[in-house]
Amino acid sequence: MFTRRFALAAASVAAMIYAGAAAAQTPVTIGAIEILTGPNNKYGVAIKNGFDLALDEVNKAGGVLGAPLAIAYEDSAGNKDQALNAARQLIGGKKVPLILGPTLSNEMFAVGPIAVERKIPIVGTSTTANGITAIGPYVFRTSLPEADVVPVTLRTAKEKLGVKKVAVMYGNDDAFTKSGYDVMKDALAKLGIETVATETFGGKDTDFSAQLTKIKSLNPDAIVVSALVEAGAGILLAKKALGIPDSVRVIGGNGLNSPQVPSVAREAADGTLVGSPWFIDKPDAVNQKFVAAYKAKYNMDPDQFAAQAYDTLFIVAQAIRDAGAANPEKIRDALGKVKHNGVMGPFSFTPDRDPADTSGVVVIEMKGGKFQIFK
Amino acid sequence: MLAQQLFNGLVVGSIYALFALGFTLMFGVLGVVNLTHGFYLSIGAFVALYATQHGVAIWLALPLAALASGVIAIVVDGLLLTPLRRAKASELASLMVTLGATLLLYSIANAALSTDIRRFPPGVIDGSAIDLAGVRVTLTQCLIVASAAGLVAALLWLMNGSRLGMGLRALAERPDTAALMGVNAGALVRLVSLISGGLAGACGVLIGLNYNAIQPYMGEVMMLKGFAVIILGGLGDIRGALVAGLIVGLLETLTAGYVASSVKDGVGFALLVLTLWIRPSGLFGRIAVKRA
Repeated sequence: MFTRRFALAAASVAAMIYAGAAAAQTPVTIGAIEILTGPNNKYGVAIKNGFDLALDEVNKAGGVLGAPLAIAYEDSAGNKDQALNAARQLIGGKKVPLILGPTLSNEMFAVGPIAVERKIPIVGTSTTANGITAIGPYVFRTSLPEADVVPVTLRTAKEKLGVKKVAVMYGNDDAFTKSGYDVMKDALAKLGIETVATETFGGKDTDFSAQLTKIKSLNPDAIVVSALVEAGAGILLAKKALGIPDSVRVIGGNGLNSPQVPSVAREAADGTLVGSPWFIDKPDAVNQKFVAAYKAKYNMDPDQFAAQAYDTLFIVAQAIRDAGAANPEKIRDALGKVKHNGVMGPFSFTPDRDPADTSGVVVIEMKGGKFQIFK
Repeated sequence: MLAQQLFNGLVVGSIYALFALGFTLMFGVLGVVNLTHGFYLSIGAFVALYATQHGVAIWLALPLAALASGVIAIVVDGLLLTPLRRAKASELASLMVTLGATLLLYSIANAALSTDIRRFPPGVIDGSAIDLAGVRVTLTQCLIVASAAGLVAALLWLMNGSRLGMGLRALAERPDTAALMGVNAGALVRLVSLISGGLAGACGVLIGLNYNAIQPYMGEVMMLKGFAVIILGGLGDIRGALVAGLIVGLLETLTAGYVASSVKDGVGFALLVLTLWIRPSGLFGRIAVKRA
């Protein structure tokens, strides 16, 4: 009797050990849909680099649920239909409990509804358009939308430069620059900054002298601009040519956060202020470690897309650990509660699955053709 | 502020006039609505860009760019429009052919050059502005205004005061009869293409210098506005191109400065509609009388 019971117990212990060993060998695989080929692949490749770097660290620290974490990549090539097929393949074929990506907002608008229908959480790391998380209760994003960044930039300008009245210029024939303007208008009203003039232009315009001559005569403390690179650089050049003083800064949206701006506007771009969810020279230790590790692994500087992806993988890994199983429903619930301190700053999700914290936003200024942290 | 706005308008108007000149010359003499005109502007800017990047002074790069655009205009005309002329096709045929050619040429330029905006190397021209009684003026702006005025005068002399002009006018009046009277029609057609394309190319360089924004589609943007200017001035009329260019430029600037910048772009097109409604032949145009 005793021996039989002992034998049974020994057998079940052996079975448990065996099962444990098996689990250690079978990784928990999540899916990722990114643009890995084609004209926009620099975004997808940066994101993949960010994921892979974080994946190494997660697995070095013991992985998730006693097993290593793995990512099954699918290439969307920037094509909505290909992204859709990739999602079906990941959900139906590989049975992943979570999907990272896709890269572009319009890909997410195609893929998101499938994920919601099949109840698989999907986490965009670079999808900043309005309405992304409104697709459904399984769609998350970790990238701060412009609506969260611009108010920080304007508040900083108000506090540090004493900006009290501004002129606003925006491109009125483009959804991106127009929605940027709406955000600016809102933020200016909330901060109690007076708007002395609101001027528009077309995205393909080259002449801004009429608008800026008028703005000059109104003596604003700063000019708030929602424009893409082309028009933005043109505005900076015309501002300088018309003799508007350098103390009147141009404060831009994300459209001006581009190395192309100084390459066209040169010294006229100096002093431009923009906000950014991440910046390579952020001095905190987490960021410095990330930048060094990225450079060591890929032999190039990380960009914002890589940084967002890097943080996202830690957030997702934490959610899988908290869920206690590779179960989509449990992971979704756990994601909503994750708190992570990453390279973008403190992170958590709002009840609407958007990033909750804007304290990681950095305001940067152009100096000698390069952005640096605005102090 | 008013003086500065008037000067802004003068510069914008001169740019419109420069663009419209070549286009209107082509129509006036050859009866061709040549939509590839905007492309010559882009090409001119790029030729000058590459020349200056390789150390050529802008004063040499400008005529070089004009010449290159002119030669391309001759080639396009020879390939596409001369066969139509031989077949005595209607003006509509030239419109369709050049529309197709424009799409093709822009796509090629876009694929070869990419849509990134570029600018001339620093220091090709003194970019600093001087203050003249409260009006900020740059050297490029003066160059633009002077070129527009000078080129209009030169073209008027060429058409009305020279022997060559007599041949061109004869060609415009009746190509067949002109040929019978000993006018070398083929050579004159190429000359008109050269001048017209060259003017567009030079205009592209000046725009590139003034706004520091060179990209393949820069001519396409001008084309729409340029078309409104040409209709207002009267298709084929050289003085009309200058006067209408200045009117549109000044009205746009004053509208943006004193009314609202959101309606600025409407001004040119409102004038276009108004012209077609009240005086379809334009400010200086003669009513076309064509009898069978």
